[in-house]
Amino acid sequence: MNLSLLILVPLLTAVAILLCNGLKQVRSVALLGSAVQLLLALGLLYTYHQERETGNTAQMLFEFNYTWFANLNINYHIGVDGISIAMILLTSFVVISGVLVSWSMEMLNKEFFFLLMFLSMGAYGFFISLDVFTLFFFLEVAVIPKFLLIGIWGSGKKEYSAMKLALMLMGGSALVFVGLCGLYFNSSINGAHSFDILALSKTHIPLNAQMLFFPFAFIGFGIFTALFPFHTWVPDGHSSAPTAASMFLAGISMKLGGYGCLRVAVYLMPDAAHAYSGIIILLSTIAIIYGAFATMMQTDLKYINAYSSISHCGFVILGIGMLTPTSITGAVLQMVSHGLMTALFFAAIGMIYTRTHTRIVAQLGGLLKVMPFIASVFIISGLCSLGLPGFSGFVAEMTVFMGAWQNPDTMYRIATILACASIVVTAVYILRAAGKAVMGPINDDRFTSLSDAVWNEKLAAVILISGIVAIGVVPFWLSNLVTPGTEQIILQTGQALLLK
Amino acid sequence: MILNDFFIFMKQELMLLFIIFLLLLIKVGKDRSNESLLYLINLLLLINVIAGFILPGEGSLFSDMFRTNPLIALEKNMLNIGTLIISMQSYSWLKSHKHLLEFYILMISTLLGMFYMISSGNLLMFYLGLELSSIPLAALVNFDLEKKASSEAAMKFILSSAFSSGLLLFGVSLIYGTTGSLAYAEITSHLSTDPLQIFAFVLFLAGFAFKISAVPFHFWTADVYEGAPVAITSYLSVISKGAVLFVFVSVLYTVFKPLADVWYGMLFVLSISTIIIGNLFAIRQDNFKRFLAFSSIAQVGFILVGISGSSSMGTAAVIYFVLIYIFSNLGAFGVVSIVSSLTGKERISDYKSFYKTNPFLSWILTIALFSLAGVPPAAGFFGKFFLLIAGAEKGNYLLISIAALNMIVSFYYYLRIVKSVFMEPNESPIESLTIPLISKVALYICLLGIVILGLWSVVYDYIFTLSPIF
Repeated sequence: MNLSLLILVPLLTAVAILLCNGLKQVRSVALLGSAVQLLLALGLLYTYHQERETGNTAQMLFEFNYTWFANLNINYHIGVDGISIAMILLTSFVVISGVLVSWSMEMLNKEFFFLLMFLSMGAYGFFISLDVFTLFFFLEVAVIPKFLLIGIWGSGKKEYSAMKLALMLMGGSALVFVGLCGLYFNSSINGAHSFDILALSKTHIPLNAQMLFFPFAFIGFGIFTALFPFHTWVPDGHSSAPTAASMFLAGISMKLGGYGCLRVAVYLMPDAAHAYSGIIILLSTIAIIYGAFATMMQTDLKYINAYSSISHCGFVILGIGMLTPTSITGAVLQMVSHGLMTALFFAAIGMIYTRTHTRIVAQLGGLLKVMPFIASVFIISGLCSLGLPGFSGFVAEMTVFMGAWQNPDTMYRIATILACASIVVTAVYILRAAGKAVMGPINDDRFTSLSDAVWNEKLAAVILISGIVAIGVVPFWLSNLVTPGTEQIILQTGQALLLK
Repeated sequence: MILNDFFIFMKQELMLLFIIFLLLLIKVGKDRSNESLLYLINLLLLINVIAGFILPGEGSLFSDMFRTNPLIALEKNMLNIGTLIISMQSYSWLKSHKHLLEFYILMISTLLGMFYMISSGNLLMFYLGLELSSIPLAALVNFDLEKKASSEAAMKFILSSAFSSGLLLFGVSLIYGTTGSLAYAEITSHLSTDPLQIFAFVLFLAGFAFKISAVPFHFWTADVYEGAPVAITSYLSVISKGAVLFVFVSVLYTVFKPLADVWYGMLFVLSISTIIIGNLFAIRQDNFKRFLAFSSIAQVGFILVGISGSSSMGTAAVIYFVLIYIFSNLGAFGVVSIVSSLTGKERISDYKSFYKTNPFLSWILTIALFSLAGVPPAAGFFGKFFLLIAGAEKGNYLLISIAALNMIVSFYYYLRIVKSVFMEPNESPIESLTIPLISKVALYICLLGIVILGLWSVVYDYIFTLSPIF
């Protein structure tokens, strides 16, 4: 399968959107493009399994290597393993539902859908890159559309939020840049420096260089995934963004960071990952607990989801920091699960907001009676968020905790216990928000005349829920998909241990 | 010397001379309308660009006073392209200008001076070229004849450029005194880290730093840029700066190679202070031309980071970046030029809600600014990436970290304009403008350059293969 299609399809869709006229044409093209992306992602999953069944045990499949800047040894090198495929699937699910949710976006619709497609191109490109340069290229491609999406179509203090988000994410990529410079100049493959991830993983980067550059790379990517204390863009960015942009932001963009931490920082600098794991775990535990308690104090639905994202993404970092096979698998599962769940949550909030024109929990109430579908979607995403068995959240968090417990260090176990305890807090805020906003009597007379979801909103929700349930009920297809990839990473760190 | 060589090696200079004389003849002849003249001149410049790419020779003339090779020819072609774009963009300003021909004669003379400067193999030749390029520029800065600010800017420009030439000459005379020669090849063999020679080099470097407006020699830049006509501001910030940078790179790596340890430290300080000061001042500006002046100071700081690397990577990265910078900066200046000549508005706050009335110009401006900020997929990303990689080669990660963090600051002020254009409300936005076709073509050329030069690696590879390894 030609992986470049994953970049070409969004790009062509974006160009086609520019040639369209009027909302109807624009959104049909966008829907068509994102449907093709979804089919491509599913097709990729299928062909991947077929390749594996025929006994292809290569680390990366469907590799393609094209020399880009020969003199600097920069290549356009792409390929996928299970982890990438999981992230690509997540992206395609979120993209199509994001397009469906913005079905009636009147204002500057051409630009809006163009930027959505451009952003998704960045995300796909990032997940298939096997060269740090291309990875970095696509990472930055995905930043600018967010700035424009929030600043132009957002609500509230949108300009402030857009600027804050863009600057913090650019700060992250500046740190990543220094980290990859360090990787490049400390690598020597046949006497030449290299950006190639597979080649870099086979050489041994000197320990002092690892210790110096691991923090740059890890914190840089960490900013994208709301690593404490660099999480402050998350609440502002998410709450000001239009619905589809919030979904993209939380569902895809934050996952770029987690994937980057795993693929670049931990995989290429395993010794330093070991050395720094204590700090990583400390920061992630703080993020989990702090995020959960901060969520309890929020009154705005979008802020509730944004702060709970900080807490949930803390589990991703925790799983990575524990460095056991199960915990890293759990981290990947959590990325996928959180992406789907939070996108669904934002979609539901967006649907509620367009009808009631408020996101304040206290002003809502009794929505289950007037808009049962939307209210159910809201409850489902809430239950998934608090980790109810049967939904993906349970599977992912459970795997992270199991994996974390495998690490025998006492301090790490204390961190695990603390992180576990945060689930109780999660239950408190989720149940409270759901109880007040959705159940109970109808607070406002205006609400009685409101209509339920229309077909496009229903379709978006169904797509996301099907993903959540597919992971929740039969989790093994996903964890088996991911495991070979995580084993490679663990092998890398295990080797590194032996070398010491 | 064979006459044939003369024509081949000096081809690009002779072309310019030919255009200058042709314009003089036209001036003597009967009056023609500005519009027909503009089409004719732009056509001539276009032919000049195309002719420049044909058969780049390699060799030297007049006992190594003048030398050329494919890299030098390429640098001249880049300047030719930039001049053509500027000329096309200033169409609506020049259409009603009384002294159209003088404008072009002066501008092409300065270009000729830059060509001689780039080709120089001798400090005397270099100085001649430099003066030929800066004196007519002072007249050009004064070309908004009715505006007081323009004359003031010209005065500032001539004084500061005379001062910097003085410094440079002092340095040159000391170099001559201590090495006994003005030819590049002989200077190198006689250079050592003798204190007097280092002093001479410092003066020489200061002269250069003035011309490229590196901090702390940048004070003239903002006022001159603000007062000069937009066309000349863009010419100053792109063409004249680019030409001096080309010479700077080659002189540092070849002539002053024995002093490499000395100038590395100096460049380190210069680049950091230039980036930081340029960035900090750019944040506060409201006049678009002043803003671009400070942002171009910061860009020079990034270029100096690239120069501090090794020769081949550094040379390639700097030339590549200047090429991209020509297209990106001219994209931004093109929009400012059109808006300024049609409405007279030059403040950033005038650009609020610009997108509602002028979507095309807004996108060009935005993409150009993104390219200047170094955001992919615009070419500026590649240019800056390679500059910083070149700078990191010597293992100076402190320099790279500071530069990378400063990219965030620069990102802020570029985004600030994008924010004004797209997001901020305005009661009296700039009205919908009709852009002359020729200027529109120039903007499309810039856009094309910004999109293609980065993604299409052939351009960088070509420059890299031409860059010498010392």
